Amino acid sequence: MKLQLQGITKRFGTFTANDQIDLVVQPGEIHALLGENGAGKSTLMNVLYGLYEPTEGTILVDDAPVAFKGPGDAMAAGIGMVHQHFMLVPVLTVAENIMLGAEQTSRGMLDLRRARKLVRELSDRHHLEVDPDAKVEDLPVGIQQRVEILKALAREAKVLILDEPTAVLTPQETDHLMEVMRSLKEQGTSLVFISHKLREVREVADTITVIRRGKVVGTAEPTATAAELAALMVGRTVQLRVDKEPAQPRDVILDVDKLRVVDAAGQVLVDDISFSVRGGEIYAIAGVQGNGQTELTEAIVGLIEPASGRVVIDGEDVTEDTTYDILRAGVGYVPEDRAHDGLVSSFSIAENLVLDMHDQAPFGGRIQLNNKEIAKNAIARVEEFDVRTTSASAPASTLSGGNQQKVVLARELSRPLRLFVVSQPTRGVDVGSMEFVHKRIVAERDRGAAVLLVSTELDEVVSLADRIGVMYRGAIVGELPPTASAQEFGLLMGGQQGDTGDHDTKESA
Amino acid sequence: MSAPTTDEELVVHHKVVQVGPSRARQTAVAIALIVIGLFVAIVLASTGTHPNAKFGFDAGGARVHVPTLSLPEAPFCIVVGALIVLAGIYHLVRGFTPAAMRWVGSAVGVLFLLAFLAWAGTGGRTVQFTSLLQQGLFLAAPLILGAMGGILCERSGVINVAIEGQMLAGAFAGALLGTVAGLFAGIVAAIVVGGLLGLLLAVFAIRFLVNQVILGVVLNVLALGLTGYLFDAIMANNSNGTDNPGFFGPAKVPLLGDIPVIGPVVFDQNYIIYAMYVIVIVIDVALIRTRWGLRTRAVGEHPQAADTVGINVLRLRYQNVVLGGCVAGLAGALLTIGSVGAFTKNISSGQGFIALAAVIFGRWTPRGALGAALLFGFAGALQSVLSFLNPPLQINSNLLGMLPYVVTIFAVAGLVGRVRAPAADGEPYVKGSA
Amino acid sequence: MSEQKAGGEPAVSTPESGSSKIETPDGGAGRLREVFRSDHPAVLTILAIVAAVVIGSILIIASDQATRTAASYFTAAPMDTFSAAWHAVSGAYVAIFEGSILNPSSLSSGDTATIFGPISETIVSATPLIFAGLSVTLAFRAGLFNIGAQGQILLAAIFAGYVGFSWHLPVVLHVIVAVLAGILGGALWAGLAGVLKAKTGAHEVITTIMLNYVALGLIQYLLGVHGFQAKPYNQAISPPVDHNALYPHLFGSALRANVAFLVAIAATVAVAWLLGRSTFGFRLRTVGANQDAARTAGISISRVYIVVMLIVGALAGLAGSAQVLGTSPQVTSDIDAGFGFDAITVSLLGRGSPIGTFWAGMLFGALRAGSVQLLASTNTPSDLVQVLQALIVLFIAAPGLVRLIFRLRRGAGGQTAVVAKGWNG
Repeated sequence: MKLQLQGITKRFGTFTANDQIDLVVQPGEIHALLGENGAGKSTLMNVLYGLYEPTEGTILVDDAPVAFKGPGDAMAAGIGMVHQHFMLVPVLTVAENIMLGAEQTSRGMLDLRRARKLVRELSDRHHLEVDPDAKVEDLPVGIQQRVEILKALAREAKVLILDEPTAVLTPQETDHLMEVMRSLKEQGTSLVFISHKLREVREVADTITVIRRGKVVGTAEPTATAAELAALMVGRTVQLRVDKEPAQPRDVILDVDKLRVVDAAGQVLVDDISFSVRGGEIYAIAGVQGNGQTELTEAIVGLIEPASGRVVIDGEDVTEDTTYDILRAGVGYVPEDRAHDGLVSSFSIAENLVLDMHDQAPFGGRIQLNNKEIAKNAIARVEEFDVRTTSASAPASTLSGGNQQKVVLARELSRPLRLFVVSQPTRGVDVGSMEFVHKRIVAERDRGAAVLLVSTELDEVVSLADRIGVMYRGAIVGELPPTASAQEFGLLMGGQQGDTGDHDTKESA
Repeated sequence: MSAPTTDEELVVHHKVVQVGPSRARQTAVAIALIVIGLFVAIVLASTGTHPNAKFGFDAGGARVHVPTLSLPEAPFCIVVGALIVLAGIYHLVRGFTPAAMRWVGSAVGVLFLLAFLAWAGTGGRTVQFTSLLQQGLFLAAPLILGAMGGILCERSGVINVAIEGQMLAGAFAGALLGTVAGLFAGIVAAIVVGGLLGLLLAVFAIRFLVNQVILGVVLNVLALGLTGYLFDAIMANNSNGTDNPGFFGPAKVPLLGDIPVIGPVVFDQNYIIYAMYVIVIVIDVALIRTRWGLRTRAVGEHPQAADTVGINVLRLRYQNVVLGGCVAGLAGALLTIGSVGAFTKNISSGQGFIALAAVIFGRWTPRGALGAALLFGFAGALQSVLSFLNPPLQINSNLLGMLPYVVTIFAVAGLVGRVRAPAADGEPYVKGSA
Repeated sequence: MSEQKAGGEPAVSTPESGSSKIETPDGGAGRLREVFRSDHPAVLTILAIVAAVVIGSILIIASDQATRTAASYFTAAPMDTFSAAWHAVSGAYVAIFEGSILNPSSLSSGDTATIFGPISETIVSATPLIFAGLSVTLAFRAGLFNIGAQGQILLAAIFAGYVGFSWHLPVVLHVIVAVLAGILGGALWAGLAGVLKAKTGAHEVITTIMLNYVALGLIQYLLGVHGFQAKPYNQAISPPVDHNALYPHLFGSALRANVAFLVAIAATVAVAWLLGRSTFGFRLRTVGANQDAARTAGISISRVYIVVMLIVGALAGLAGSAQVLGTSPQVTSDIDAGFGFDAITVSLLGRGSPIGTFWAGMLFGALRAGSVQLLASTNTPSDLVQVLQALIVLFIAAPGLVRLIFRLRRGAGGQTAVVAKGWNG
């Protein structure tokens, strides 16, 4: 089956996630869609799968235009999808999940025997072993993914979309998946493989299309070098021209020692990480989204309890301390998801500016708030941080992303800090505000605070940081100076260590 | 059995560490069991006023006579208590699996109840065991049906706090139509009116995305107001012509009804209760074994997953919520044309909330809810039975009546194992929002 | 397609770079909302009441004997039907007005007690509604449902009633001690739900509903216990509360309105202060509006839950004491008089604001007071009032429906008062 996308554009409000995308998936090929997080790959695939309606453009199946009203239509047209967040019902068994929506019955009852048989047949044919009677929630992630693939195959998908399938897999599981993909291809299924990992893409794809910021920026053959692909995917490193003096590191302020974070399911999210940050320097954590950066920062500020290891701030062990105490100890924290964790959108800007200081003088005491001081503070901060708003009493939800970020920064920077933990400082921030945000971060460094910057934007990391650690699968796999090339970063971020560069993982350990 | 080996092979590659189960909870449960066992073996065994407890097994109209059993109370309690203590010790040392624990829990409950009855029966009067069960089932029936109505809604992801209102409306419609057009018309009316309230719940919850707990509360107020209003407007002045439906008496099933003990309890009840048996079995089987059931469970747990395989989430929810209303309406019919034969204001008096408790305590499963509702029903029957007996220590029926609620609080606090609602229960599904 | 392949162009950092990656489409819509204010909350509230009154009218007409009789000869004299219907509907609503605000015919009597009787009755009914409504409102603002005001009122009645009839203290002191006892009772009961929520995650809706029935069982039990039950022990009722423990009347002994109403006003102000001015109120609102942001700001959510529920219970406790130390000075098992559940409707109508809750309490109090007159002077059953109450709140809760009925444009009033969440949330 030939699948063709012509001029697909998808907008959410004012934001364009996909911009005039053209793509052709030939029958029986593995077509890789390469791009960074947020480049618009998943949106595109959701359009293709009937979950989103495209704003503009057409989808053609075997040269005939089709319109999908829902996933049901897409499935009927032979398109199957393995979602990044599995669309499996955890409490149902494998067989039940696979038959769901296309149940066979005999005398009114579900024909589970047939479903099991189907599961076994498909698993045998495609080497995807799985117990049909196991409950999905009891299965490890890798096996759950097999179920997801089997589900699509059971619906006789001719084109199978795999959305970041290796993000949750171990290297061994990844290798196995590659084999499965090849075997599917041999049996005539076309595959769309969405990934940001260079090695995998080069290894398995027949054609590679690179997407950046919602646009197709190029196509490549799998023979292209990793370096070429990395440059294409990340884009040229643009000097954001942050005026800063060389760092003048002082004493160590933050010392993270063998920190390990484990989630409820027992998965290791932060894997024995050790590093330290001195006053007067910016230490940046680069890496692709979801490699444990979020959990690392949350463990440092006491939002999640680490399984083992220590966090020491200014010589004091704060591992067991509450977030309240850690913030009071002179730590500023800008969470990565500001709208979710950093702001109360229904609260006024003034209130948001004292969210974690409302009981500190002069804003309030043990009993009462000092609304006058809160209002005064709001006017001063709005002025100082150039927050574009009609009034400081307007709800935070009325602000643009950049101005919301300024509010969070203004709040965290309005008390004397020893350590400043800032995640994704310019995500969703317009260019004008970006420069301002960067300046403030550097100013905080120059004031002597230790700054821990977490960002998936390489440009930002390179232009701000004094030292950079690249995080991959919960561990810091390498440290690079900001002068390293985009290729070097891309390779480390994609989990390929020591392919080209001289900067290896040894120095980080 | 060949698959697991490869699975395990792969699990090793995963960086997964063992997350320990709650040892503290296991210890707490074990100690609770031991304490209960000791209480039975020591306190109940030693405080009986008479060495023997008499158990009667005859019920009205039984053809087969079962002799009265005279049970030596103290030895019986000691044996029962020892069994419970042993279960506790085993749990402390080895630990039952969660599945086994459910059975152990039920068994301990039944044993405790028997020991308690033996103790209460030492007062000289006969414990009418069969009629206790009969009455217990009768009291449990509206709770069981109400709970089934709740399960139908909640398994597909809509919280139903309005069981109470649906029952009340069903009770009213059953009495009114039962009087005007006959008892069977009354049943139909109860089902239809319950379904209409279900539809109202569905429209507001699914279409207008109203918070479902608030909605349930408000619908209860509405049902209470409407039935009260209509009672005054229609029934109060003309109760003979509008609120005198009569009621379904027990209709003994030939042969089955003559089985000792079981016959009078199970097969000498009224038609609505027979319908209830069918409904419980159908829901229990259908939820697990049919296409509808599979889809219902999927929609209640992960609506987006169901949507991506082409299931119409909203339509299924509408269907189930209305159906649930119908069943709860039928539960209401039991309160009027199934028992007393007349409607009075607020006749449901909170039974819908007990049904909700049964749903939760029963972990949103038909069997669990059935068990919980039966427990609550027997607790009610026990109240009246105890007042006839002359137990060594009179237990206040009001305090006994709190039992279902206290037990439910313990259940949701996780002290009786973890209770987990369907994952998407109460969350409206809006396409493309996730 | 390969125009940028392995590019040397420096133009990657275009204006949209980095901007609005996951931005919510709020900016433009926000300004639009300013323009179409037609579904402003106040507008919605009024329309909800209108819709409820209309449906209530239909109910009145349908159940009115005279109208039905006239309708049987509708074709012969259609106007008869309409006039009978009008008569029934206007009669009912006028009766509610006369019972709750002013009966014009009483003016000629010149007796102040008769003239102000309806207002006094409205105040009497409104007082517990305001207390309990504030209790529910405060819980709402912290993101909690207090379905348990009924149980908290009962516990308060037990505590306040017991202090009222079994202790004998001097004037002023006795009523204060009794009220404090009531507050304690309510706080205890709601606090239990708060602790369970904070420590075990038990959903407060379930625990508070269950605690309602436990409270009911408890009060029924106590009313059978000597020392709590009044002699000669044949009725489930406690001895009357000492005169010293009663709230003094506001406008002389002929009118039932008492000082509890002033306490209700004070409580409204106090809750408004708590929410708007206190540091704890700030934390409470933060937890209610965004738990994640609250946690990130270092706020202990479980501590907030426990303290909120204690205050919530105290407010419901004031409702219970207003009952037992005022309107019905003997403890009975129905002393809550349905205020616990009506409080939820009051709070919803008040849209989560203390002042709004106060006026909603006054409105529903007036309806309650009017229902007595409805019963006395018309054929319309007094339960009409409860139907109206439920309908108003139903419409308030579903702004989408009101918008649909009255063809309003979508705007700022769009959100439901409370964010939907499930049992697991």
